[in-house]
Amino acid sequence: MPDPIAPNLLDPSGQYLVGGRHKRSGRFVFPFPSGPEAAEFDKLPLAAEGTLWSFTVQRFRPKSPPYSGADDERSFRPFALGYVELPGQIIVETRIETDDPSHLKIGMKMKLDTVPFARAAGDAPLTYAFRPAA
Amino acid sequence: MSEVHIVGAGIHPFGRHDDKSGLDQGVIAVREALADAGIEWKDIQFAFGGSSAAGNADAMLPRLGLTGVQFINVANGCATGGSALLSGYWAIKSGEFDLGVVLGFDKHPRGAFNPEPEAWGLPKWYGETGMMLTTQFFAMKIQRYMGLYGITPMTLARVAEKAFENGAKAPHSWRKQPVDAETILNSQMVSDPLTKFMFCSPAEGGAALILASGKKMRELGLAGPRIRGAAVRTRVNGSFEVFSPSLDVQRGPSPTEIASKAAYEMAGVSPQDIDVAQIQDTESGAEIMHMAENGLCKDGEQEKLIADGATRLGGKLPINTDGGCLACGEPIGASGLRQIYENVQQLRGRAHGRQVEKPRTAYSQVYGAPGLSAAAILGT
Repeated sequence: MPDPIAPNLLDPSGQYLVGGRHKRSGRFVFPFPSGPEAAEFDKLPLAAEGTLWSFTVQRFRPKSPPYSGADDERSFRPFALGYVELPGQIIVETRIETDDPSHLKIGMKMKLDTVPFARAAGDAPLTYAFRPAA
Repeated sequence: MSEVHIVGAGIHPFGRHDDKSGLDQGVIAVREALADAGIEWKDIQFAFGGSSAAGNADAMLPRLGLTGVQFINVANGCATGGSALLSGYWAIKSGEFDLGVVLGFDKHPRGAFNPEPEAWGLPKWYGETGMMLTTQFFAMKIQRYMGLYGITPMTLARVAEKAFENGAKAPHSWRKQPVDAETILNSQMVSDPLTKFMFCSPAEGGAALILASGKKMRELGLAGPRIRGAAVRTRVNGSFEVFSPSLDVQRGPSPTEIASKAAYEMAGVSPQDIDVAQIQDTESGAEIMHMAENGLCKDGEQEKLIADGATRLGGKLPINTDGGCLACGEPIGASGLRQIYENVQQLRGRAHGRQVEKPRTAYSQVYGAPGLSAAAILGT
């Protein structure tokens, strides 16, 4: 399995996103904080299933930087992205794995997946995406 | 506390100007504002100015005159112009000064902005994997809103159609060519459900306003609209903002709703009192949602209001009478001040070709990354 694109993004099993829960208020955050605030949060795996909250399709290649995909203007393929609500926890922004974005609907069930992200640098670290849950 | 009036307004046309720097456009706007008020640079006691991508605003000092004036550079994202206005408003309202200028200008490269995640306190992977684009945020915000409140793609198209129609009538606009709703709807999809013609472009331009206390205005024999209320607010937990890797399940108000409420309270007016409004229309959906967030209608009412032409010139609440960001582009430093400029022209009865009939109260709101909003209410 390739390395995750960032530490503290996926739990060691690769099955869950890592979130934080504020020790006093109980508020959920994602991604897990990296600065001094980290001490105020408990680290926990977030739910791997949720419902689609909103979505769009990225139809042009984002500017680099910050985008670091291995594609170029000609080979770029539009991709869907959106927000998935993890019940009782948090709404996370995510790339969406789908062959047909026209089937995406707010409220549909979504499931976490991990996918390699091919970078211009030549490597392909692991990132996360959600896909419609069949 | 002093009353604050706008006694002069200047603008450098928005658009693309290969022969001029951003700073040039700012200087031209300031000179026009000074001439409009009939005063000189040496009379100016303070300046608040901003630019996001065209250098330091105070670099104009040697060109306007090294008078020792206090000049504060303002940087507050897309709300830079609104923040400059608010700073100038406070400076006079406090009684500390009685004559000053607020200004903004910009000159952006073509295409969507490309921010660095680290500069926004965000992890690198967020930008690397292609999720850090303002266009995506706007698309996802209106996508959900359309689902919740039954707004149709045709309404998105009508907003842009109106913008280009109004832009064709404003001397300072960029887009002068009317485009019909069908063409807008069928133009290239950029970020679903928003097409190419539904988005504004960054562009260039400059705007400047001369602010004076009521006392100073009378001394100089000038007149101009009064700033009745102005507020800037930032995001709270539960609002949906640009560049958000996550959102709270418990939803909350937007910074626009909070800033708007504060401005109405300061001004002592209600949304029903507004005769003309300039609101942030980074894309068609933003204008629709901001209508409700600024209290100008209830969620969902936009569909009928817009179909009935309520927001067009001649309608019961004309919105973005100079074509807004859609027809003028969005040079960040100048954009919020362009709204005020347009409201000043409307209130002074100088908006030739696009004049709203005898407006008395004018509203403006600018929204920007990473989640702040500035609202201002002017009255005759």
